[in-house]
Amino acid sequence: MAINPLLRADSITYAYMPGQPVLHDVSLAVPPNSAVYLLGHNGCGKTTLLEILSGIRQPQGGTVQIGGVDISRYPANKRAQRLGLVPQIHMPVFAYTVREVVVMGRTPHLSFLGTPGRHDYEIVDAAIEQVGLAALRDRSYTEISGGERQLTLIARGLAQQTDVLLLDEPTAHLDPANQHRVLETVSALTEQNVAFVISSHNPNSALLYADQVVVMKAGRIVADGPPDRVLTEEVLSASYDMPIEVIYSGRTARAILPRRTNGNGVHVAPLESFDEAAIPPAPDREGRAAS
Amino acid sequence: MIRTLNRRLPGVWATAERRQSALYWLIMLLPLPLAIYTIGLGRYAIPTEDVVRALVDYVTAGENTSTQPDLAYNIVTRIRLPRIAAALVIGANLAVTGTAFQGIFRNPLVDSNILGVTSGAGFGAALALLLLRSSFEVQLFAFVFGLVAVMLSYFTSRLYHTAPLLVLTLVGILVGSFFSSLTSLLKYVADPLDTLPAITYWLMGGLTDVTRGDIPALAIISLGGMAFLWGVRWRLNVLSMGDNEALALGLNPTRLKLMIIVCSTLMTAMAVSVGGVIGWVGLVIPHAARTLVGPDHQRLIPSTMALGAVFLLLIDTMSRTLLPAEVPLGVFTGVVGVPLLLVILRVNKTGWR
Repeated sequence: MAINPLLRADSITYAYMPGQPVLHDVSLAVPPNSAVYLLGHNGCGKTTLLEILSGIRQPQGGTVQIGGVDISRYPANKRAQRLGLVPQIHMPVFAYTVREVVVMGRTPHLSFLGTPGRHDYEIVDAAIEQVGLAALRDRSYTEISGGERQLTLIARGLAQQTDVLLLDEPTAHLDPANQHRVLETVSALTEQNVAFVISSHNPNSALLYADQVVVMKAGRIVADGPPDRVLTEEVLSASYDMPIEVIYSGRTARAILPRRTNGNGVHVAPLESFDEAAIPPAPDREGRAAS
Repeated sequence: MIRTLNRRLPGVWATAERRQSALYWLIMLLPLPLAIYTIGLGRYAIPTEDVVRALVDYVTAGENTSTQPDLAYNIVTRIRLPRIAAALVIGANLAVTGTAFQGIFRNPLVDSNILGVTSGAGFGAALALLLLRSSFEVQLFAFVFGLVAVMLSYFTSRLYHTAPLLVLTLVGILVGSFFSSLTSLLKYVADPLDTLPAITYWLMGGLTDVTRGDIPALAIISLGGMAFLWGVRWRLNVLSMGDNEALALGLNPTRLKLMIIVCSTLMTAMAVSVGGVIGWVGLVIPHAARTLVGPDHQRLIPSTMALGAVFLLLIDTMSRTLLPAEVPLGVFTGVVGVPLLLVILRVNKTGWR
């Protein structure tokens, strides 16, 4: 890659139990101003990898560097000034307001006994504005929708003012409209000097929004590159261990679907490649066929 | 009803934030005037101006300058002041440690006894009452066994590698029950004519026997601990989101939680060794404060201190003035605290989900 990577991981290995590694020799590089999508089946090690990249979990082998510095050499708060982890949404025990949750992102910038001041709240309000939640600022985090909660956590990551934000399945539990809203917001933010690593179970999100796609299988990276090269039937079918179909419009991939079975476990033949010209024009509101 | 009230009250009451801010300052201003007023209450009633004069003399001159009767001066400074100071400090102490524990355990149903400090202290006190009978040793044993119980909980839980917080809670409950059983055993073998009533009475809590000599140690440990918890009030917010998030936000949650547990345990053990087992304060007051000022620990920590102090002051005043014989404090906190908690849980919309 021509640009120096902002975040890079070299030969990461990790095992929760000795002898049963969940990550084998994983290396990846995240360029600045980009959105890297991490795909892979359940239990393939995505969350573990994100935790290691964020520095909250120490790998047993290999290194993670940000801007050329090994993150294990940073004290916790300095590391958290450069790397942010946005967790999956959850219910906190106490009903903090959106603003109270977002201002927690300022923690790495505060001294041990410090509390956030006016300057911090300016950054927080700007972050809330960026994700479009200004109207909900004083609402309780427990009362808003799942999509809004995810955006709140992303705003907290922005308020942390890191170089890289790692998002752990930000679209899990969200309806399609909210998935779109969250990922669209993230895409727009890559132009503001933040790089994202996003784990996802939806290859279509990667198709729409990724600058780079990394596909994992059983703790190893099986493909890494731009979406049009990685999101192919061969790579995806091998990674998920089932036939996956990529539907093209012309030369552009438009949708990724699992191939259906006929009910007896036999996969039906692939759909013909999507040919827009062959589709009859949709009828207009009155039901007349368009001319 | 609250909604109608909100609509009718303009200005300071208009938004949740302003309402919480107004209530916060109100709560913070409550303890001092209330303390001065309640010093005058009791079998020998003293007018508030005499109380103030006595206090001013006590602080400035160290003796009565005779603008009020000597008897009033002596009652205020020798009898009621230590007791009321103890009520304020112990109330604040138990309430704020309860808040801190609810924050780090991420559980609104725990208080500072979750690791067994009170049960351990109760056992220590019972043991001292059975064997030694001097009030200094009762306090010392209570304090030491309170710490022993928590250390036992903490280090035992480290033997298990799964779900540290859950294991710690569980082991804490077990250790607490263990010490309660040992206390029962001591009560069973105690002389039913004098030792058993002494143990039973001690376990119900009370500030009757508090003297001026008890105050310095209580004050130093409690105020020091409160200063520390006030200092980390912001970090309690972050800790209450869970270890992984705290780590990702640049904290060291294990170390910080241990510091808070050590600090809270010293404070609770101190409070129990002076005032006996006083339940409910650490559970009711954090909820009450959360309902009034919101869950943000920046406000919650100071306001639980103030509210805890006021609560125990009122309970203690009731226990020494309402009936001809004093009602044990631990009994009264339950009798008043439980209905109060039920009301709070009914009204509460914002404190916790």
